[in-house]
Amino acid sequence: MQMTYLEAIADAMRHEMRRDERVFMIGEDIGAYGGAFKVTKGFLDEFGSKRIIDAPISEAAIIGSAIGASLNGMRPIVEMQFMDFITNGFNQVVTVAGTTAYRWGLPVPMVVRGPSGGGVGGNPFHSRNAEAWFAHATGIKVVCPAFPDDAKGLMIASIRDNDPVVFFEHKGLYRKIKGEVPEGEHIVPLGQARVVRTGTHCSVIAYGSAVHMALAAADALASEGIELEVVDIRTLVPFDEETVFQSVRKTGRVLVAHEAVLTAGFGGEIAARIADTAFRYLDAPVRRIAAFDSPTPFAPSLEQAVLPNAEKIQTAVRELCSF
Amino acid sequence: MLMAREFDTAMLRLYRQGKAFGGVYSQLGNEAVSVGSAYALDTAQDVLFPMHRNIGSHFVFGQDLDQLMVNHLAREGSQMRGTDGTGHYADPARRIYGNVSHLGAMIPVAAGFSLADQLRGVTTVSLTFIGDGGAQVGEVHEALNFAAVHKIPLILIIENNQYAYSTPNSLEFACERLSDRAIGYGMYGTTIDGTDVELVYATCKEAVERARRGEGPSLIETKTMRMRGHAEHDDFSYVPKELLEEWSAKDPVETYITRIVNDGVMTADEITALREATLANMIAAIDRALERPWPAAEEGFKNVFMSV
Repeated sequence: MQMTYLEAIADAMRHEMRRDERVFMIGEDIGAYGGAFKVTKGFLDEFGSKRIIDAPISEAAIIGSAIGASLNGMRPIVEMQFMDFITNGFNQVVTVAGTTAYRWGLPVPMVVRGPSGGGVGGNPFHSRNAEAWFAHATGIKVVCPAFPDDAKGLMIASIRDNDPVVFFEHKGLYRKIKGEVPEGEHIVPLGQARVVRTGTHCSVIAYGSAVHMALAAADALASEGIELEVVDIRTLVPFDEETVFQSVRKTGRVLVAHEAVLTAGFGGEIAARIADTAFRYLDAPVRRIAAFDSPTPFAPSLEQAVLPNAEKIQTAVRELCSF
Repeated sequence: MLMAREFDTAMLRLYRQGKAFGGVYSQLGNEAVSVGSAYALDTAQDVLFPMHRNIGSHFVFGQDLDQLMVNHLAREGSQMRGTDGTGHYADPARRIYGNVSHLGAMIPVAAGFSLADQLRGVTTVSLTFIGDGGAQVGEVHEALNFAAVHKIPLILIIENNQYAYSTPNSLEFACERLSDRAIGYGMYGTTIDGTDVELVYATCKEAVERARRGEGPSLIETKTMRMRGHAEHDDFSYVPKELLEEWSAKDPVETYITRIVNDGVMTADEITALREATLANMIAAIDRALERPWPAAEEGFKNVFMSV
């Protein structure tokens, strides 16, 4: 069935809420209003106010209470109105949820999800790509889908996972990307990268919106005779190294791309692991394309300049291929 | 009460012998709060989220002395496998969920534990604690407001023991009573003498009954004095001697002993014997824990996730 990225996420949550009484949602304006992006439109009518809980603007209380409910056998889905606001609940995610399995051996089957990413004129506070913070925090799984079918399959896998998951939806993809999504149960296991385009000259390792930039770059470069392979890692934690290494061994040239800022981004981790393990297969240095190290600016002229795009990827790939 | 008191005596002895590991946080002067409040709960249905000085409440919830010491001292057999120590452990079977060092962080978690049962139509009272310093953390405000809005059966005791590490009340808050904040949240609040175990029990019992009637959370400020430093490394020279003398006359354990001896519940000799036996039990349990090895190093590499 054809669905937008947003519809696929809603479909996954609806599927799990129908299937498992332990799944409930908590967030801001998710009930009668249906959420700022309307992801939960119709959920209140179907599931009632006990399972679709509108909370005060208190991200720490929202995430903390979801952790407590998890300890008491529930499987909460927490909506952050914008993923930027997870900073207000950061302590709960990192200090409490991320240490519980290690310290107590107890599951925290909580999903914290919401819209992230820039390119839509959101300003510095509605545009952030915060995934690397959580990859660095220990004990937290980090999911960044790029396609509707993956968004659904990864969401179902995240809800059923016994560890805390931070699920970054890209708001720019919500209604822009449409695709075929399996009906009913569809699970994409966490920790499996996907080769979304095969090629022989250079690999682009990406996730989230950068996958679409890479695919656009691949189309453009094909006319120049450069065949790009695009690997969507889909989840940062767990990280599927093997699929990445396979692609590196095949092409010998690697560009790592993400929309998040460059310094200490997850791309650095990917590049380091490639250097550690697949160095002898490389014919060129590992390059990175990412956002300039600044907050995401508001004016379109500035925002488009600091964010990565398909043209920047093309330029970097040409350089790699002529190395 | 005696177990709470003699736990500290035994831990202090261990600290002075140089065998304690990590911070030793005394509850001296605060025993009536931990014990009296926990007795107000139904230990089979309700749930305890203690703070680091609430060891007395662990005993009320039936924690085994040996297990507690092994957890505390992070030896092989700890419920935390050596990943953490002190009273930070969780024991779901005994309905105890310990704290993290970021004070205030567990209050929304305690609220959420009760919320889960509320969704199932069951009332589970969560009892949790914060200090006069920790009460200034933003998560405390968020949790109380959230609990009030959703009528969550949460009891938060603010243990006002006058000092947050070295910082006095006057530099932590400007209101007269911390329980006055309850009005702002739309919940019940009161401030009581935290050295009187029967008063603490009765006040918490009423809070439990309100919670069971669906009337939501309660905020109880208990006034006590922290009679030791923040932890045993701290000589608490910043506390005026007169203040300690004043509060030592209100020692919660000694005043309660006097009361039950005067009421003829137990004789002074029986109390002395019980006290000696309790301390001996504590020391023996510590010795047994210390005979255990440290947990195997490979435990450090396990269980970061429930499943990978």
